[in-house]
Amino acid sequence: MDAAGILQILIYIAVIAALTPLLGGYMAKVYEGQARFLGPVERGLYKVCGVDTAREQHWTGYTLSLLAFNLAGWALLFGIQRLQGWLPLNPAEMAAVPPDLAFNTAISFMTNTNWQSYGGESTLSYLTQMVGLTVQNFVSAATGMAVVVALIRGFASASARTIGNFYVDLVRSTLYILLPLSFVAALFLVWQGMPQNFDTYTAATTLEGANQVIAQGPVASQVAIKQIGSNGGGFFNVNSSHPFENPTPLSNIVEMTFLLMLAAALTNTFGRMVKDQRQGWAIFAAMGLMLVIGLGVTYWSEVQANPAMVAAGMDGTLGNMEGKEVRFGIANSTIWATATTAASNGSVNSMHDSFMPLGGMLPMINMLLGEVIFGGVGAGLYGMLIFVVVAVFIAGLMVGRTPEYLGKKIESKEVKLAMLAVLIFPVGVLGLGAASLLGMPGAIQDGGPHGLSEVLYGFTSATANNGSAFAGWTANNLVNNTLLGFAMLLGRFVVIIPVLAIAGAVAAKKSVPPSAGTFPTHGWLFVVLLVGVILVVGGLTFFPVLALGPIVEHLMLGAHTLF
Amino acid sequence: MLKELRPALSMIVVMTVVTGIAYPLAVTGIAQSVFAFQAGGSLIEKGGKVIGSELIGQQFTDPGYFWGRPSATSGADPVDPTKTTSVPYNAANSSGSNYGPTSKALIDGAAANIDALRAAHPDQKGPVPADLVTASGSGLDPHITPAAAQWQVKRVAAVRHVPFDDMHKLVAEHTEGRSLGILGEPRVNVLKLNLALDEKWPPNK
Repeated sequence: MDAAGILQILIYIAVIAALTPLLGGYMAKVYEGQARFLGPVERGLYKVCGVDTAREQHWTGYTLSLLAFNLAGWALLFGIQRLQGWLPLNPAEMAAVPPDLAFNTAISFMTNTNWQSYGGESTLSYLTQMVGLTVQNFVSAATGMAVVVALIRGFASASARTIGNFYVDLVRSTLYILLPLSFVAALFLVWQGMPQNFDTYTAATTLEGANQVIAQGPVASQVAIKQIGSNGGGFFNVNSSHPFENPTPLSNIVEMTFLLMLAAALTNTFGRMVKDQRQGWAIFAAMGLMLVIGLGVTYWSEVQANPAMVAAGMDGTLGNMEGKEVRFGIANSTIWATATTAASNGSVNSMHDSFMPLGGMLPMINMLLGEVIFGGVGAGLYGMLIFVVVAVFIAGLMVGRTPEYLGKKIESKEVKLAMLAVLIFPVGVLGLGAASLLGMPGAIQDGGPHGLSEVLYGFTSATANNGSAFAGWTANNLVNNTLLGFAMLLGRFVVIIPVLAIAGAVAAKKSVPPSAGTFPTHGWLFVVLLVGVILVVGGLTFFPVLALGPIVEHLMLGAHTLF
Repeated sequence: MLKELRPALSMIVVMTVVTGIAYPLAVTGIAQSVFAFQAGGSLIEKGGKVIGSELIGQQFTDPGYFWGRPSATSGADPVDPTKTTSVPYNAANSSGSNYGPTSKALIDGAAANIDALRAAHPDQKGPVPADLVTASGSGLDPHITPAAAQWQVKRVAAVRHVPFDDMHKLVAEHTEGRSLGILGEPRVNVLKLNLALDEKWPPNK
């Protein structure tokens, strides 16, 4: 741990904190309909699509619209992949994507997971990447944002039957927030060296006379939104550790900022929309606290070199460089690994599979806690508000009165819905993960406890809609493509539907003014309680399996046991 | 449900046109005219032929060149294209080793790298720089650390019949600091260093 590394970590945290009120304020304007500079485009769009903006939707209608739109997106992306061999913009002559892989990939991008069972440059045509994946990068992020805005409206409303209009929230998220940010970001990234072309792969003759085929493509336009929309699906197989996908330390800090900034800023949007910014900052503090702890542990773990390699004669001062790039070093690799698993982004700039046992465990814990440490855009905040419901319920039990949050009474219906969203998580991680262990044991690359970690990481990532991987594990086969596909669906929609149901339920409740007996939800006491609830739920559920994976591996590496 | 289908279908089509066609094409148009070199992949040409990209590492094994990091990329076996085999620095199939820290294959590979490097640098008695022992994440890392470059100076200088101090100076000139003085890590671009090497002291061919 050196001063330069710690300084870079501090700069990163400062940038995120500084952007939060700026972007948060702007997004609140967008969702309250005060940003109108694209008015004509927006209205034209609604007209073409037959959306009646005057009609606000009941939570059931909102959910139906969301599901119908997601289904249409899934079908289109599945179709494009299956037909890419006959479609244009395919200079590398990629064949049709096999059905199980196309099924998995279409779910993966629709659910904002961006799990990659494929290798971009060796599987997908430029058209599939651009017209297929990039579109879902935008709209899956916009879907998450729409859901959280609907939930915020539920808490903010005095008493209403409706929670907004899904298509309006979707279009505004895309046009006013994601698209302008991505456009500027893409040009910045090209300036830093990221390709943006439709050339055939370049055939080069290296200095030593060998042939090197260099993959190209419209990289920057896709990478910009993959970071901003907490998507994470790389243009290339190794994602943002590829020098074309992350050429310089400058592109690196910008990409790392993108991957967390909207999720962080939404806490402030939340505060503004419920007319009490302190509520937003309390949630920001709870998320930030867990992020900083995770960063510290991962960094500490990765600055240590592999003891077995040092014993073989390697210089250990650089730390664990396996799977990491020289231009990023340990500090930037660990900031990214922590941030990308905290925010359900899932892009990587180093190979998590090759992290030290505890360094690889922290990203897993970030996801196992439910992707609420900032989390995906929208998804992180609505996931966090689920835990808030549980936390105020527990606080209510302790003081013996009906819990309330932001003036809305939290009753048994809301708590049951929240628990459903919380409990689906172990079903996806442990249930489907166990099915994969039985059905496809050959997919595991590493022996010993690390093999279990690979499977655990995969199903955690899929259920949490993260998308990063312990990539030594082979995901691209019928069994795992299918199981992971269902894990992603569970983790996305069995959370979204209860969240929208809660939104509808709290929207309908009358707002009650705070009294002397109200438990304040903007102070440190609440922040600590909230973090405590998240850690206890996650710990009780997943400690045993973590003990069998990374923790045992850590102890065995200390004893120089190899597999 | 049927009345949900019309907005759903038309909205995904409209979004595809806006975010999947208009947006990437607009970015491409501007990028190609303002940042043509970068947008094209930062390609280096020599004598009218593309010899690589500034950003993409290459495999170097000649003792007259500085060597880059081990690369875990693979490609089609030239003998039997249905099989894959190790093809270091395959820029059409990026990959790390993805070995976990307790993997025997990882440690054996590292030990083999250390032995090979020691054999090629008999004067270097101390521990071997970590970036020369471990595979990068992308398999295409264009950089090594300044320490790893300096570690190789004596060998390259001897092969090229150049005084040690001159070679040492060339490496120092090609060492980039942290970006803006703060970000990232100090590094040496191996391909650019080797190009400068060829220009200054052409190999005897």
